[in-house]
Amino acid sequence: MSGGAERFEEFGRYERRDADGGDGGDGTGGTEAGGPQDGWESTQATDRPRSLGGPGGPSSPGGSGGSGSGGGEGPVPPPRIPLPRVSVEDGGLPLPEMKPGPLVLEHRVLKALLGAWALAACSAEETAAVEEHLGGCGPCADEALRLREAVGLLHAEESLDLDPALRTRVLEGCLDRRAPRIPVPEWAVPYDAETARLDALLQDIGEADWHAPVLLRWFRGEGPVDRRTTVAGVIAHLLTVDALVALALGLDDPLEVTADRPTPEARTEAYWRASRFPPSRGVRGPWREQSHGLVRMVSFTGGAGELPVSYGDFELPLRDALLDRAFETWIHAEDIAEAVDYPYPPPAPRHLHRMIDLGARMLPTALAGRRRAGLAAPPRQARHLVPAGSPGRSLCLEIEGLGGGEWFIPLDSPAAVGSAELTVAHVALDGVEFCRLAAGHVSPEEAAVGQDGDREAIRDVLFAAASLSRM
Amino acid sequence: MATNDAPPRWDRRMQQRLARGEAAALGELYDRFASLVHGLAHRVLEDEQAADGITRDVFTHVWENPEEYDPQEGPLRSWVATLTHRLAVRRLRATGTAALARGGGGSVEELERKVHRASAAARADYIVQSMPAPLRAALERAYFQRRDYRQTATDLGITEDEARRRLRLGLQLLSTAHGPGPSGVPPEHGGAV
Repeated sequence: MSGGAERFEEFGRYERRDADGGDGGDGTGGTEAGGPQDGWESTQATDRPRSLGGPGGPSSPGGSGGSGSGGGEGPVPPPRIPLPRVSVEDGGLPLPEMKPGPLVLEHRVLKALLGAWALAACSAEETAAVEEHLGGCGPCADEALRLREAVGLLHAEESLDLDPALRTRVLEGCLDRRAPRIPVPEWAVPYDAETARLDALLQDIGEADWHAPVLLRWFRGEGPVDRRTTVAGVIAHLLTVDALVALALGLDDPLEVTADRPTPEARTEAYWRASRFPPSRGVRGPWREQSHGLVRMVSFTGGAGELPVSYGDFELPLRDALLDRAFETWIHAEDIAEAVDYPYPPPAPRHLHRMIDLGARMLPTALAGRRRAGLAAPPRQARHLVPAGSPGRSLCLEIEGLGGGEWFIPLDSPAAVGSAELTVAHVALDGVEFCRLAAGHVSPEEAAVGQDGDREAIRDVLFAAASLSRM
Repeated sequence: MATNDAPPRWDRRMQQRLARGEAAALGELYDRFASLVHGLAHRVLEDEQAADGITRDVFTHVWENPEEYDPQEGPLRSWVATLTHRLAVRRLRATGTAALARGGGGSVEELERKVHRASAAARADYIVQSMPAPLRAALERAYFQRRDYRQTATDLGITEDEARRRLRLGLQLLSTAHGPGPSGVPPEHGGAV
């Protein structure tokens, strides 16, 4: 066989490459009947590989007592039923040895056994018969050597946990060398990175893991809620909610039924209900195709970062919606990783920073919404409303760790601007802890928060952060 | 591997998108081939950082020279694998030669043998990954799970004939990893990028 030298080849047509003439099948086992029409090797003789007979035994079909191990390459004569034994004594032939003889098989049978022999995967008798044969058959000896060497090349596949940071380094290195004519917008890079990271995790998990139970947790109104699903169910959830962005961009909706409401939760429930079978690993392809498609699409419409994306109850500009999807992808990847017991580190610091920034920017609106619903204290400056765009009473949100920073959250109106001078409270927490709070995975009461100043403002902001979470 | 079924159309489209300078295409290319590239490089170089470096070099090369790929000659996947192999082997030889020049132990012949071994090992990995799943499944049973061919046949629900056939054919494919050249002379000797 040749052709391995010039380039690495595919083996889609491997059967043609076999010098001995393959059976032309797809290798998936169409030879169950084992009949001679299969053609790979005539298989007649192998139906009875253990027909024990001494060398030159009288049971040979021709009755001639040939060499036994000879190169019987020719067609086997039709009568497969041994002829009636001629009495040895009568035939005048030398008497066969009486000790139990070694297994004797035809050349074609022995040749077919070479792979199993090289892998030490045949019986002791067969092994002995093959080795006996190799002493006298040059072509088989050559092949045996080749196959034995090939066994030495087999190697347990190492689990290749590619460092996710390598992707970013490699891509950035490439783009430095040759600037892209159609770049991925900076605000889409976290989504690109997080979907790639999750996909690498999905690549690693086993078939059964796709059905591992996952408890989705978030926060609604006063307290936590949850919903039971599976790993595959989580990917279906991401697929249907990412599709909100796809819809805004004019791409197809993977949800083929109509949801009660165009919200993430209603769409997800509709998708789960509509599938005849529980979601399985088959959902990975559509999800990944859509996420690649989104990154590609926003690259072409790079200037459209302000395009509104509807979540049913509210809207986000495209640039924030994709950041939100990056955040959700990470959070749900953590849910999955926990369910299948894999480690899953937080996003790259600069991506984490952008996600925290999005959360901080959404807080004033969330706070106002809770206030309207009677879930937060009324504004202190209700009598003299802060004019839009001017500094208002603020909470200083200090996020520690990589990706952290300092944000001033206006407390009394989303229209006001956060102000260091008008700060009435200060909270400090780790970046990942803040994200878990905003994901509804840590309750506002339990979050590890350093706090100082107006207790009510702090409580309202922490609850508003938790209320950012959705299914 | 699902990626084996990638239609040639995908390859051609990818090449066009790369040529057009679409950064999103580069990301997709990485997502599809990074573990192949890194795995092969690691098999040749047996070093994590060196494999990272080859991964970077391979994707940089493809991104800078997408026109070098000729869809007529075969799938993008095998082109990427060939490129990886060439760069990794070149690096292994360069590192070894530098060590010899510094007066490290060993001889040129030993180095060439090492290069050949590493080269064949990487080829073998690629062959195993790319061979039809039924053959790979049979080899896995017989080699890694130490099942004999009769058990392999039972496990896979095939005849014993078929089990023997798959094991032999699988090893025959694998044996091409050594390349047709005389032992000790790596086929890609002198290959330049």
